[in-house]
Amino acid sequence: MTLLRIEGVWKNYRHQSVLRGIDLDVAPHEVVCLIGASGSGKSTLLRCVNLLETVDDGAIHLDGDEITDVRADVDEVRKRIGMVFQSYNLFPHMTVLDNITLAPRKVHKVDQAQAEEQARELLARFGLADKAKEYPDRLSGGQQQRVAVIRAIATQPRLLLLDEVTSALDPILVTEVLSIIRELKETGMTMILATHEMSFARDISDTVCFLDGGVLLERGSPEQIFSAPEHPRTREFLQRVLDAGRL
Amino acid sequence: MTGEVTQSAKSDRQRERERVRRRQAVRSSSVATASTLVFLTLVAVLVTNSPGWPRVQETFFDPEAFARTLPDVLHGFWINVQIFLIAEPLILVLGLLVALARGLRAPVFFPLRVLAVVYTDVFRGVPTLLVIMLVGFGLPALQLTGVPSDEITLGVIALVLAYSGYVAEVFRAGIDTVHPSQVAAARSLGLSHGQAMRHVVLPQAVRRVIPPLLNDFVSLQKDTALVSTIGVIEALRQAQIYAASKFNYTPYLVAAILFILLTIPMARFTDYLSARAARRRGPGGA
Repeated sequence: MTLLRIEGVWKNYRHQSVLRGIDLDVAPHEVVCLIGASGSGKSTLLRCVNLLETVDDGAIHLDGDEITDVRADVDEVRKRIGMVFQSYNLFPHMTVLDNITLAPRKVHKVDQAQAEEQARELLARFGLADKAKEYPDRLSGGQQQRVAVIRAIATQPRLLLLDEVTSALDPILVTEVLSIIRELKETGMTMILATHEMSFARDISDTVCFLDGGVLLERGSPEQIFSAPEHPRTREFLQRVLDAGRL
Repeated sequence: MTGEVTQSAKSDRQRERERVRRRQAVRSSSVATASTLVFLTLVAVLVTNSPGWPRVQETFFDPEAFARTLPDVLHGFWINVQIFLIAEPLILVLGLLVALARGLRAPVFFPLRVLAVVYTDVFRGVPTLLVIMLVGFGLPALQLTGVPSDEITLGVIALVLAYSGYVAEVFRAGIDTVHPSQVAAARSLGLSHGQAMRHVVLPQAVRRVIPPLLNDFVSLQKDTALVSTIGVIEALRQAQIYAASKFNYTPYLVAAILFILLTIPMARFTDYLSARAARRRGPGGA
């Protein structure tokens, strides 16, 4: 049973291949962490899954439908996938509540009262009940990113993509964002995370994938990847992370 | 952050610092006042001692002519204001439509996109005065049914055509300043291109272009005087009529003062909005 199937995906920019034949299956309720150095292709892979980038070869299937089909309805595909970005990308001219209810109201045609009620429930669950009427620039980075996560799950997507969601935050704010992701795992949300937080990746993942130069070099359980990596490049990368004091 | 703590007593060093600052402030404002007075006196002496001054004073600064022509010029000026008030909203709508047309990417809209590009190129290239004359004299000459023959309407049409090109470019610049990550976020939520534009890009873009738009409107307020060339009896034309019959140019001064009175509040309002936007961005940027 697979929710997402990535088959031989290539992505080229100019004369450089950023993704070189990626294969990856993600099961329902699975949490997959993509690790690897900057420029290894983690973010590009997530953007390809969300069709923010077009693939240059290969295919991606969601619930059995090929979403990379050139005839596929891009908007319809994105309704089923949520995405959270490194720099939050909240809409600065809207209140927290409007940020969260925009897609439910305009895309999923939920009526305003119901959308707001659901949004307030989510805000309360993640400790942001008093921020509903605030504008994003009045919130801390950690609060903004939590709102961004809530915005992404408010449409009840099948799959949530998180692109280095803690990279712009200081260590204390990182914790509050990671705890909301942990809660989402409890609810059974299927997630793919690109992350530099190795201890978090080890803690939360069902599967860890190591990307290097656009190739998925090694995949396995967290224990396997972090304790007994097979590939020399993986060992080298983890050693560098360890030396930098990040594990 | 310790917002509760307030300083009870200032140190001697801080009191001395504030005393020096106050003294410096007094000194700079007296220097500014003195230099302004000297400058104005110099200008006044230079102008009133010029050889032609008595004649200029008589033809441009005749208080009696001023009082006599004010009601007529003011009456004409009301037409300028009306033209401005009708043209302004039309320009906003047409300018926005043209800017949006340039952003359309679907192949069906290719002709619209080309039309928008040609439109902005042509109407930004042709002098406004020429557009007014071409529309004012050319359109009625076609003798088509339904084409207005009233000069004020023709003047409004010409100004709308001329200014919408500029305003479209201002809108387009504003749309371009909205970071692509905002569009990515909107599209990732499932919003279509149009919905992302309508709910996410445009509200942010419009806010950012309000100061340059107001600047264009200051310019439009003055350019309403150009419609006098096609026979609209507005402020400038009223002044011309009087000047031509009495060989006294004071009514031009009347018209100039009226235009200044109209544009200055708008200019200050623009400054105020720019300053407020700069304050909001703050020292570190948003």
